[in-house]
Amino acid sequence: MKSSRTFPLVLAVAGVLTACSRVTPKTEPAPATPAPAVASAAAPAPAPVPSSAPVAGAPSAGTASTSVGDRLAGATGTVAGRDLATSDPRAVLTEMIFFDYDQSELRSEARATLDAKLAFLQANPSIRIRVAGHTDERGSDEYNIALGMRRAAAAKRYLVDLGIAESRIAVVTFGEERPINTESTEAAWAQNRRDEFEIVAGGTGNGPA
Amino acid sequence: MRGMVRRFDAILMMGLGMAIGSALAAQEPGVRIGLTYTPGSQPGIYLVPVRGADGDSVRRIIARDLEFGHRLTVIAPDSGAVVPTGRFNYPLYARLGAAGVVQLVLQADGSALVTLHDVVAAQAQETRRFALPGPRLSPAWRLAVHGIADVIEEWVTGTRGVAATRVLFVRGGALWRIDSDGANEQPVPGVGAALGPAWHPDGRSIAFARMRDDGTSVVVHELASGEERRVRTGAPLSLSPAFSPDGKWLAFAAGESGTDLYVVPVGAWDEPPLRVTVGRGSTNAQPTFAPDGRRIAFTTSRLGRNEIYLTDADGANPELLTSTALTDAPYRADPAWSPDGRFVAFSTQIDGRFQIATISLRDRAVRQYTTEGINEDPSWAPDGRHLVFTSSRTGTRQLWVLDTESGRVRQLTRGAAARMGAWSPRLLSVP
Repeated sequence: MKSSRTFPLVLAVAGVLTACSRVTPKTEPAPATPAPAVASAAAPAPAPVPSSAPVAGAPSAGTASTSVGDRLAGATGTVAGRDLATSDPRAVLTEMIFFDYDQSELRSEARATLDAKLAFLQANPSIRIRVAGHTDERGSDEYNIALGMRRAAAAKRYLVDLGIAESRIAVVTFGEERPINTESTEAAWAQNRRDEFEIVAGGTGNGPA
Repeated sequence: MRGMVRRFDAILMMGLGMAIGSALAAQEPGVRIGLTYTPGSQPGIYLVPVRGADGDSVRRIIARDLEFGHRLTVIAPDSGAVVPTGRFNYPLYARLGAAGVVQLVLQADGSALVTLHDVVAAQAQETRRFALPGPRLSPAWRLAVHGIADVIEEWVTGTRGVAATRVLFVRGGALWRIDSDGANEQPVPGVGAALGPAWHPDGRSIAFARMRDDGTSVVVHELASGEERRVRTGAPLSLSPAFSPDGKWLAFAAGESGTDLYVVPVGAWDEPPLRVTVGRGSTNAQPTFAPDGRRIAFTTSRLGRNEIYLTDADGANPELLTSTALTDAPYRADPAWSPDGRFVAFSTQIDGRFQIATISLRDRAVRQYTTEGINEDPSWAPDGRHLVFTSSRTGTRQLWVLDTESGRVRQLTRGAAARMGAWSPRLLSVP
């Protein structure tokens, strides 16, 4: 499952090759690249990854996401310091957010990450996502299951408060059961206190991104 | 001690005479004679070697059970020692430090005839025949032998032992079980993934949370049939089930942004659960009933930190339990109400690590039991004296058993990491 990080990029490039000759309609339903929908969040023990994975860093990706980029850049320009015109929608939608110890409040950078997702969700009403809350290994195992749900619900509530339909966001918790990093260090704990985001519907449209 | 025992065996051999049967006939059933038990004392019990192919196994299991019970001092000579066949040399056993002598005779029909002799009164005090269901050394057979140890403990101390019990636990995300003495460690058949197990007081069904990719919910599982029911909640998360001591109610936590406690009548799984707590977005979980079923202790984050609260089972009169003498890091969890009603055991953060403690419901006095490693998730044995808990002291998480009176611990599980121990009720209905 470690290879899931490279999948969208490969597919995005493939998408460019077929998309260049076509005109992208404004009503394009799904900007996401046609990667497997289950690729990101369901990995039982994924390898450590950086908190922000700029998958769309490839030169061709800017062209690939032009239609989405145009819509979003016109509205907000940049989100969280990223140029939306060069962002891969799937990477933005699945980017994790992180929490403080025993907290479910959203940090400011987490809100910025959610703002970026908001733009894509607004532009693509068919996309539904699932938010999975996780905790570090400290504290009661059972309490952490509940804490993970509070973290998932915090992200959902933020997006719902900004206008995304509640029915488009499912929440689930894995407590401390599925750590990214199994070490017992502050750095590992910080990586594990997170929400993961998975596209469960609407992200596999066959049109070019 | 061993050497002394061997020296006296030769003398024992000479103690032939009156048949045991006639000593038993002279005893009125149910009458206590000289062997009295004072709490805190550990009367010596001499375990006579047992004849037969399984004799050593039976005696070894019982001796270990009595040691693990911490109420008796076991005096057990080598298995090669001579089995007395006639009149007991009671003064000899007294000199060995024995207040009682246990004699076990395996019968041709597979049962065991067990007699407790009162050394001071110099006569048999109790005798009973125990069925030992085959095959020998099977889990059912071992459970029956544990039952003998429990009855011996009751004969001497007035309190039934807890050897004939099992502990459920979680290993690799799946549900396992182990006998109270560490034998028969195996996955619970037909369950698979499970977290936070709990026993119904009849020992026949269990409940746990099952975590799946699309949600975590409470499942009630009947051990014999494997039949399962998912508890209906309408919430994306339900967890931490606990049965009331009368077996009529199941409490659990459910919710989304926060969790609240609910109760539902056992068996009435289609009825909407009754809400107990009003957490307003906080986490309220891990319910544990008082022995009378009227009060519930639980974990809550409603104060902005995790503490143990008490509430009436109908939701009235919520109050903070863990408030005093706990000024270090603000995190308490994993409450477990003792079967005698006197204490709530819990995990508390001390110097950044979790430790096992109890709080008295009478005066709120806190006693800390562990210091080594990370120690969590206590669960009481039915005797209200022993606890099983999770400890990292060996480098991996394993289950350990604590005697809350002596503070002594023993390791219960070995091998792959184990956690979330749940001690069963007594599993034999010996009258």
